[in-house]
Amino acid sequence: MAALLQMQNITKSFPGVRALDGVSFDLNQGEVHALVGENGAGKSTLMKILAGVYPHGQYGGDISLEGASRRFTSVRDSEAAGIAVIYQELSLVKDLNVAENIFLGREPRRFGVIDWEDLYGRAHKLLADLHLTIDPRTLVRNLGIGQQQLLEIAKALSQNARILVLDEPTAALTDAEVETLFGILNNLRARGVGMIYISHKLDEVFRISERITVLRDGKTIDTVATSATDEPRVIAKMVGRAVDQIFPESTHDRGEVIFEARNVTVEDPSVPGKLLVAEVGFSARKGEVLGVAGLMGSGRSELLMAVFGAHAGRKSAEILVDGKQVTINSPYDAIDHGIGFVTEDRKRYGLILDQTILRNMTLAGLRKLSGRFVTDEDAEVVAGERAGADLRIKTNSVFTIVGTLSGGNQQKVVLAKWLLTNPRVLFLDEPTRGIDVGAKQEIYAQINRLAASGLAIVLVSSELPEVLGLSDRVIVLHEGRVTGHFTRREATPEAVMACATGHAQVAA
Amino acid sequence: MTDQSQTGRLKLRTSALRAYTMLLALIVIWLFFQWATIDQYHPYGIFLGAINFSKLLQQTAVTGVLAVGMLMVIVCGNIDLSIGAVVGLAGGIAAMTQSWGLVPCLLAAIAVGLLIGALQGTLVAYVNIPSFIVTLGGLQAWRGVILKLTKGSTIPVEIPFFRSLGRDFIDPRIGLALAIIAVVLIILSNMGRNRARQRHGLQTISTASTIARIVIPSLVIVAFIILMNKAGGLPIPVIFLLAVALAGAFVTANTTFGRYLYAIGGNPDAARLSGINLKRYVLAAFCLMGALSGLASLLHTARVGSASPDAGTLMELDAIASCVIGGTSLMGGRGTVFGAVLGALILASLDNGMSLLNVENWAQYVVKGGVLVAAVGFDMYGRSKA
Repeated sequence: MAALLQMQNITKSFPGVRALDGVSFDLNQGEVHALVGENGAGKSTLMKILAGVYPHGQYGGDISLEGASRRFTSVRDSEAAGIAVIYQELSLVKDLNVAENIFLGREPRRFGVIDWEDLYGRAHKLLADLHLTIDPRTLVRNLGIGQQQLLEIAKALSQNARILVLDEPTAALTDAEVETLFGILNNLRARGVGMIYISHKLDEVFRISERITVLRDGKTIDTVATSATDEPRVIAKMVGRAVDQIFPESTHDRGEVIFEARNVTVEDPSVPGKLLVAEVGFSARKGEVLGVAGLMGSGRSELLMAVFGAHAGRKSAEILVDGKQVTINSPYDAIDHGIGFVTEDRKRYGLILDQTILRNMTLAGLRKLSGRFVTDEDAEVVAGERAGADLRIKTNSVFTIVGTLSGGNQQKVVLAKWLLTNPRVLFLDEPTRGIDVGAKQEIYAQINRLAASGLAIVLVSSELPEVLGLSDRVIVLHEGRVTGHFTRREATPEAVMACATGHAQVAA
Repeated sequence: MTDQSQTGRLKLRTSALRAYTMLLALIVIWLFFQWATIDQYHPYGIFLGAINFSKLLQQTAVTGVLAVGMLMVIVCGNIDLSIGAVVGLAGGIAAMTQSWGLVPCLLAAIAVGLLIGALQGTLVAYVNIPSFIVTLGGLQAWRGVILKLTKGSTIPVEIPFFRSLGRDFIDPRIGLALAIIAVVLIILSNMGRNRARQRHGLQTISTASTIARIVIPSLVIVAFIILMNKAGGLPIPVIFLLAVALAGAFVTANTTFGRYLYAIGGNPDAARLSGINLKRYVLAAFCLMGALSGLASLLHTARVGSASPDAGTLMELDAIASCVIGGTSLMGGRGTVFGAVLGALILASLDNGMSLLNVENWAQYVVKGGVLVAAVGFDMYGRSKA
């Protein structure tokens, strides 16, 4: 019998990046096939091709279902073929109830009006089949994130999905909810549904899957039976890459500790009582790069946001600059104390896309660069052009609109913005996300240059080689707690990944 | 990489072009009305004659002043629907407090506007109520307060100087003196700018370009004053409009406050993470809007000669329309004072010109509505091509 799904020799390029390079993947009926790899390995891109987000013609290679070649030109096409993708960001309408969400756009009708009895009856049966005890009339807003996730699965099944893609389904679930989810997946397995399970949590992968496929740098590294391998071997396949080829050799001259954060605790603003970061401490020395490793959802970004005074919810922290305790209640305070923060997601948090390079560069440092009330455009141009030249931003003029630049150049503008505040401590959160290899190397060189010039740098990245290649010391976070401390010499990919997945603890 | 920078430059050029498109549209409207008002007694038309042009500018003053305030509110991502009612209330209070004397009653109007702006701004910035809701509530509530205070009656302006704020002209010689001062300031600022660029090691502006930057505005100013003097001198409301427009242009383009308003409207998250105190600056924008509403109420009350309970009705929509016609994005982050005042001038020109032509009332509304939608339509079309 032909496999339920066969993806062969899939290639996909974005401007300047080859995201997928001849990837092959297959799925059998009633199988859970795990897809693992580091961020940027190409998992999401592969699933978006399967889902029809990138329509046929925008990728190379072949997709077939039960032996028949298929060309999806839209998400609707792929859904009609029985493929349902459950993304990390849920797509439920919060102000409709459970049953309304399940049948949204496909409401059972009688005489042209919605047949509510049929709708609730079918919803009830569907939920009961999945052993879910959710009242179909509950507003989705009032469900927990975990229940919403399960509801998404119910919704997918109501559309007779034969292939279910789960992208980090347990990221927001409690342990009990994970058990419920796994119960449902086992149930579906018995019904013959094929499932693609994307997760960073290898323990779950080993519990639930029959086979594991490892992607790295857009290529299939291996597909193995889960029973024939173990976690260390999978981790080795995920990270295996010649780190020293990308990272410029550099030894930093470490000076005294100029920044320290103690007992940082951060509460989830949307779930009172849930801690995103619990009693984390770290310090940064002059001329040093401190790496913060951890998987998505480990609390890395929240830690930096809270220290920078930008976390929306409740938090507590003791912060010392030059050994003296300071209060940071807002980014304004943080900037005053010489902290700069190259935030993640430059389009959302970093840039005003339809303003010029210069306006963006001088935004954070304006009150230092220019007059306090009246701006001095000439002084800004001078500072902006110098920063642009230092960082090798490729543009004809600082008056170019930032939104027209390439990702790498945009990232350099964000970096320039913070350098123009004259920071002594610089936080970098995912500084190379979504930029091409050449631009990455330039950013790495800048990080080393800045450290050499005496800045203390705190680097957060989900790309392990990046953390290991640049940092003098590494701390590892797992579920909001520090699970590992390493020096550059001790930090092997395997050891750090073991701490990041919660399998090991290494005390300082 | 290079081609990207080039499209960037191209984009900048088209955005500058957009401002000039509106100026061009204004000139076309003016020439049309000039042509349409030709008759046997006026072989060159009436519209751009000294008397009518002076009247046109006086009609622009109130909307123009309000548009400058509205621009700042819209640029930081908000809206103020209450200003028509605030104009009515502040004007009513000025008229009712005339017994306190000239200066106190004028200050009372501005203080009322400022206080209302501060209250509404606080609700928007610190209580997080959307500005649309706060000011929609204000639109109704302040109108109610007027009715209570005035008991529904119209109060005449009795202090002669108050009345002259909306109606009189300054002595033509003072107008000329102002023009000369303006020309001197233009020369000094151009020279100062070149010196500053030299100090920073930037390329200095060429002599030819410096001369053009001095001569063209100077000629426009002098010609403008001569035209105004032919009609009896510069009207006082127009002086207020010019002062507010210049101050507004300076604040939005050359101060940290102005820069932050654009940043807040352009990307509030990025602005907040860059250390900008969003709440404080949004509050300040509403306070300025309120104070300018107070000033506008004085000009309006003085011009009409009395404060009536329904004064200012729909003025908020004229101010918003002026901003939008002048290229302001209602999503925030984009727009200029120059454009907003230009928009006010376009609206006033349509009003004035159509009245001269005895266009029926209903048709005037249709034309003004059409122009508003068409202006944004052209803008969107241009943007999709750019």
